[in-house]
Amino acid sequence: MVLLTRKIEFSASHRYHNPNLSAEENQRIFGKCNNPHGHGHNYTLQVTIEGEPDPVTGMVLDLKELKEILEREVMQRMDHRHLNYEVAELAGQIPTCENIARVIWQLLEPKITEGRLHRVRLYESPDLFADCYRNGANGAGKS
Amino acid sequence: MSGTHKIELGRRYRFSASHRLHTPQLSEEENSRVFGKCNNPYGHGHNYVVEVSMSGDVDPATGMIANLADLDAFVERQVLEEFDHKSLNEDVSVFRERVPTTENLCIEIFRRLKSFPKAKLERIRVEETGNNSFEYAGENQEGKRP
Repeated sequence: MVLLTRKIEFSASHRYHNPNLSAEENQRIFGKCNNPHGHGHNYTLQVTIEGEPDPVTGMVLDLKELKEILEREVMQRMDHRHLNYEVAELAGQIPTCENIARVIWQLLEPKITEGRLHRVRLYESPDLFADCYRNGANGAGKS
Repeated sequence: MSGTHKIELGRRYRFSASHRLHTPQLSEEENSRVFGKCNNPYGHGHNYVVEVSMSGDVDPATGMIANLADLDAFVERQVLEEFDHKSLNEDVSVFRERVPTTENLCIEIFRRLKSFPKAKLERIRVEETGNNSFEYAGENQEGKRP
C-alpha cells in the first residue's frame, strides 16, 4: 500500500459558542474563542489517500482529480467563509478542528473512488491540529 | 469510540534544554565512538518540539476531545516546567540513570502524560531538530497508530 498526501490551505472565520450554555459558561469554556464577532485562521489541510499504484500509470489516483475534489468539496465551501453561518454541514456544531476535520472526512470519503481515504489532518495553526481516521483502522500508516 | 471514524487532537509544545549523551557503562573511548560530538563533556542543547496526540469522543456541547486549556496546563506541569531551560542530565532525575537520547525523552514524556484524565494519550513525537524526530506510542498496543 502507498500513501499519497495533498495539502491545501484555506482561510475562514469562526466562533465557539454553545447557545445551550450561559454566557458565563461559554466564556469559561471557550475563552477568547467565544468573542462575539468571531476570529479567523489560515487552515492547512492534509489529505492522505491509500492504495496500490496503477500498473499502467504508476498512480494511486490522479492528483489533478484529487485537486478538483478538494477545490469543489472544501475550498468552495469553506475558503473565505464564516464556518458557523455559511457551511451547512457544520450547522449546530461548534466549528472546532475536531468537528471540521470530521466534516471534511465525510465530504471527501464518498468522492474518493480510486484508492481510499486514509487520513484527514487539519491544522488550525502550526501548533494545533486534528486527525480523522477510519474507526478501527490499524496497520502501518505513517504520519 | 463510536461512529465510523476516529478523531485525534494534536498539539505542539516547545522547550529548550541541554544534554550530553554519555553512559558510565562504556569506556571514555567507547562513549566517544558511540556518541560522537554528542559526548562533548560540557553538553550541548536543542530546541525540542513535542507533539502530543490525544484521542477520545468529541463532546457535542464543546466540539472538543479535550479543552486545550486543560491539556496545556497538564503538559506545562508534567513536562515543560521541569524540562525547559534545564540540563536534562542534571535536572531531570530519570536521566541520571538513563542516557537522554530523544528516544528516551519520548518514552519519559509519554510516561508523564499518560495519566491525562480527559482523553487518551495516543503517541508522543519529539523533534530534536528540524531533521530528526522520534515517536513513541507506548507498549502493548497502547496508542497503536491507526
